Amino acid sequence: MNSETKPKGSARRQFLADTARMACGVGLLGLGVGLYARNATALPPAALRPPGALPETEFSAACIRCGMCVRDCPYHMLHLAKPEDPMPTGTPYFVARQAPCEMCEHIPCVKACPTSALDHSLTDITKAKMGLAVLVDQETCLNFLGLRCDICYRVCPLLDKAITLDPQTNTRTGVHTLFIPVVHSNACTGCGLCEKACPTEIAAIKVFPLYMAKGALSAHYRLGWVEKEKAGGSLVTPDAEHQYHTPEGLKYDHRSGKVIPDASPGTAAPGAAPPVTEGNPRGTPTFKALQGDKL
Amino acid sequence: MSALPHKVGAEAIAAKGWLAAHKWLLLRRSSQIGILLLFLVGPWFGIWIVKGNLNFSYTLNFLPLTDPYVILQSLLARQVPEKLAVTGVAIVVLFYLLVGGRSYCSWVCPVNLLTDFAYWLRVRLGLKGSAHISRPTRYWMLGMTLVIAAITGSIAWEMVNPVSMMHRGLIFGLGLAWAVLLAVFLFDLFVMRHGWCGHLCPVGAFYSLIGRFSLVRVKLPARSACNDCMDCFAVCPEPQVIRPALKAIAGTPPVILEANCTNCGRCIDVCSKDVFAFGSRGSRGGRTEKIMQPGPPAQAGCK
Repeated sequence: MNSETKPKGSARRQFLADTARMACGVGLLGLGVGLYARNATALPPAALRPPGALPETEFSAACIRCGMCVRDCPYHMLHLAKPEDPMPTGTPYFVARQAPCEMCEHIPCVKACPTSALDHSLTDITKAKMGLAVLVDQETCLNFLGLRCDICYRVCPLLDKAITLDPQTNTRTGVHTLFIPVVHSNACTGCGLCEKACPTEIAAIKVFPLYMAKGALSAHYRLGWVEKEKAGGSLVTPDAEHQYHTPEGLKYDHRSGKVIPDASPGTAAPGAAPPVTEGNPRGTPTFKALQGDKL
Repeated sequence: MSALPHKVGAEAIAAKGWLAAHKWLLLRRSSQIGILLLFLVGPWFGIWIVKGNLNFSYTLNFLPLTDPYVILQSLLARQVPEKLAVTGVAIVVLFYLLVGGRSYCSWVCPVNLLTDFAYWLRVRLGLKGSAHISRPTRYWMLGMTLVIAAITGSIAWEMVNPVSMMHRGLIFGLGLAWAVLLAVFLFDLFVMRHGWCGHLCPVGAFYSLIGRFSLVRVKLPARSACNDCMDCFAVCPEPQVIRPALKAIAGTPPVILEANCTNCGRCIDVCSKDVFAFGSRGSRGGRTEKIMQPGPPAQAGCK
């Protein structure tokens, strides 16, 4: 009715104003929701995702928050995040210290997932990477204090693979051995059984999301011994052996660091001559004399 | 509104009896509560008929049902679901193409119980006045949720979506979600009539798009019998959908074709003249549609 009395431009102006109002209002809301979602892209340190979970940024895109993994977990250790939890609302997580992943052989949580949030190509639970155990507190770890607690080592489902006990001298007593639990990231699945079982008041070994627990060497770093193994031999040209001026009939033995009788007169190639002491009756007295007769 | 102040639905109760005048309402509440209970008997009593929630559910380890809206957001965030979820999407889309997209709102969604209660209380308390936000705002909301899914690369709307928050909360633990739901309730009660479901909810907006082509519709086989009591307009959560079909504006056939009709059936209940009835879009409106009408008017005498 108004459009008949008002000029046509007024209606258009009204339409544009309404549209702008709506776009701004809804846009502001969207900005808020978007920023809120952005802030929740990193998992808090105490929360771990179920086995096979995609990296966090992809997980929040793939997980539809249905809770099927929670339902099919036979140990009921998974929870769905509530709005007040510092991670995307409705996504599944567990807290290792409360209830760790028991590493079911058939991985029912992954099978239950209707999306790719839990990677269905994970069929071997020992290949899961839910996090990484870290012995965070050497001051309270009982093994570091010299006891044979070993509980984390014993409860680990990948015994002697994910956690090993490395003997070290107990310098405090001087006569005892410390059995230091060492976590191996290539085997640890981050199930959290060690953290759950740690008998100290607050766990000395904790499972953290991988991004927190794992360091990384710079891309250009090479480990010499690894490269040597790959190449099947040393990658650098061996140093030429030092030549010594020795009295005639004697030579310097690089292996023992002593001057010994030259076993192969005339043709002693550097580094090639094996030290023959016992089998050479002629050289033995000289050798003894040079060593101050300490044989 | 009618000049004569009267209680909405009183004429229908007088004409058809209380039960017949509340038939679809009772069926609808049974559906909403029944579906919720199906999800709840698992965690409450260990009877696992349905697992999951409205985003994805698996009934009797046989029937997958997936919310196409959440999957669309996931796709925009560049993730592809597994086959089971895709099957679930197909079933749900086909189902709502049949029964009307926004039937989800009135027959399934738990938030509807909350907002209907807010509306009931609003009427009871005589709260007048309502903020004005136009109804198409919900499509802007829908667009916004899809855009932020694509930009942030995550299903960002699920962080705050009251619909899934309520359903998931009731099944898996509410946490602070009650505050969000209280906000929706108070918004509907004090700020805006039919505010959330009728103007803002992007989930409803999404399902209305499916409903644009749906088969089951409220028809008006007896629209000439309308006595302009306005009761249908008073109970309808989307009253704008009734007028074109009831008043035959621009030659509109006697079918409610608007996508935002929620197929709640309250108009059928409250009409003392039996103007409305459920029917299908294709068939010609007429007395043949009487099959789906509530009980015969002859029952008027019973209380």
